[in-house]
Amino acid sequence: MTEIVKQVFIHIIRAISLLFAVSVISFTLVSASPVDPVQQYIMGIGPVSEEQRIEIEAYWGIDKPPAERYFNWLSALLHGNFGTSLLYRRPVIEIISERFQNSLALMMCAWLLSGIIGFSLGCIMGMNRDKWADKVISKLCYLLSSVPTFWLGLVFLMIFAVILGWFPVGFSTPIGMRSSEVTLWQRLHHLVLPAFTLSLMSFSNIALHTRQKMIDVMNSEYVLFARARGESRWTLFCRHALRNTVLPAITLQFASFAELFGGSVLAENVFSYPGLGSAVSAAGLNSDVPLLLGITLFSTLFVCVGNMIANLLYGVVDPKMREVDR
Amino acid sequence: MSQTRYRRRFNQRTKALILTIILAVLMLVIYTFGILISEEAVSTDVLNAKQPPSWGHLFGTDNLGRDLLMRTVKGLSVSMTVGIVASCISAVIAILIGIVAAMGSKFMDGIINWIIDLMMGIPHTVFIILISFSLGRGLKGLLVGIAATHWTSLARLIRGEVLQLRSQHYIAVSRRLGKSSEWILIHHLLPHLAPQLIVGLVLMFPHAILHEASISFLGYGLAPEQPAIGIILAESMRYLSSGMWWMAVFPGLLLVLIVLLIDRLGENLRTVIDPYSAQE
Repeated sequence: MTEIVKQVFIHIIRAISLLFAVSVISFTLVSASPVDPVQQYIMGIGPVSEEQRIEIEAYWGIDKPPAERYFNWLSALLHGNFGTSLLYRRPVIEIISERFQNSLALMMCAWLLSGIIGFSLGCIMGMNRDKWADKVISKLCYLLSSVPTFWLGLVFLMIFAVILGWFPVGFSTPIGMRSSEVTLWQRLHHLVLPAFTLSLMSFSNIALHTRQKMIDVMNSEYVLFARARGESRWTLFCRHALRNTVLPAITLQFASFAELFGGSVLAENVFSYPGLGSAVSAAGLNSDVPLLLGITLFSTLFVCVGNMIANLLYGVVDPKMREVDR
Repeated sequence: MSQTRYRRRFNQRTKALILTIILAVLMLVIYTFGILISEEAVSTDVLNAKQPPSWGHLFGTDNLGRDLLMRTVKGLSVSMTVGIVASCISAVIAILIGIVAAMGSKFMDGIINWIIDLMMGIPHTVFIILISFSLGRGLKGLLVGIAATHWTSLARLIRGEVLQLRSQHYIAVSRRLGKSSEWILIHHLLPHLAPQLIVGLVLMFPHAILHEASISFLGYGLAPEQPAIGIILAESMRYLSSGMWWMAVFPGLLLVLIVLLIDRLGENLRTVIDPYSAQE
């Protein structure tokens, strides 16, 4: 057990060092921007007097050196104060927590879908190596990795929402309804297209990986022996292939959080879905510095958690690690 | 009979070489064609606005009457320029970092691995948005952003390759003969890395183009009046519900086609210059 605790500890230290570095980099990048945050802020609230302007400048710390501004920002951050979004006129932390719920629903649906579809397709390909099913599906997987996800989303939106009218054109809830009145069914209905689009982005990766693993397993000597004993293809699949491929696939899925988040930025923009992804692109376009920084840090944390789970799972997958525990 | 003669005359490698040349010429033709398209060909023509595809306008026209085929091809050449420049920059970063990581001390290797982890820890789209914001949107931000996010995988590959090469006997012999590290780098390591680097560069290229399109689509990157696939697709969003399907479908299809062709080009190039994969 101590081994696992040690592993977790190392990963947490690593994650903290990464988060710290990301905060330095993103703060430097934002400070180097030609966009003047004071000017942006004033443009947002309307004309101000000279005294108010000086007050605002003092608030932003324009007169101070960048290093001091950074440490002020960091200490506010550690106290849980992410600042106020210029775009939404609300505390950044509130916006992130509210929008993350939407994004999480979308990303988790897509994540599960791509995992299940990708793994099953990978199994089909691996068990039928070099037969027509394998050839067709692997061609499809290679094709999908060359297709921009957002364009696919546009095409789906056009076919299923505009022409066929099966799904709504955007947003996470029907327009003009209070959020308390929206039923779960309506939310799911709005989630189907974006989640499906997002899942298409990553499933070819997991499918091709599973295919390779499955082929390795099927070429192994223990499978040859099992075959000689007269096991059928189905029992071979259940007893050997499935067990050896499912954990690596799950690990790979956890390691793909960065692509998942990156893809959600595009998918949310196509479907006007009110999540973190559409907020970050809006924040960048409208020079909303506090929100941009907040979401950058939050997305890094999200990816770090995924990578940490993946790394710990590697330990579980590798029996040598378990030997150490005992 | 003719089949076997064909097989005998063209082995795997020759076939790949011919395909590579054909694909490269095709890319060059599309690229120069896109560059040569004059401003008049994509000028606004309100009388012909929102025309569905016809023989006159194969891809139809957009909301301002601009010919979509011309705009798309012109946009593709812009995308290709961005792709080439960004891939080249990231390839240079990758080779420098890869070599430093593998040649230098353990300390440097640790630092560089940490930087690579850092780069992979921020979602690429978010990072490109940040860089683009920092450099004040436009072409420069786009180039730097794509280059900064794409070097990591190639750098890892090169690092692994150098580490493996360093343990080879002939390198050890060379060192015993008193050759300096620089000499070994130039005469032994770089010739070995060149094929990997070239193939990696070409295969990075479609990724860069896809990223360029998606970032332009989000509204960063190029200015709205410039022709770029991402911008055309972003505009098409507004006309989806009015049934202008051609504005979204054709530019995207052409983009996918180009990406597939470049991918194929890279794979063939690998067969040509990497003797191991030619025998697979």
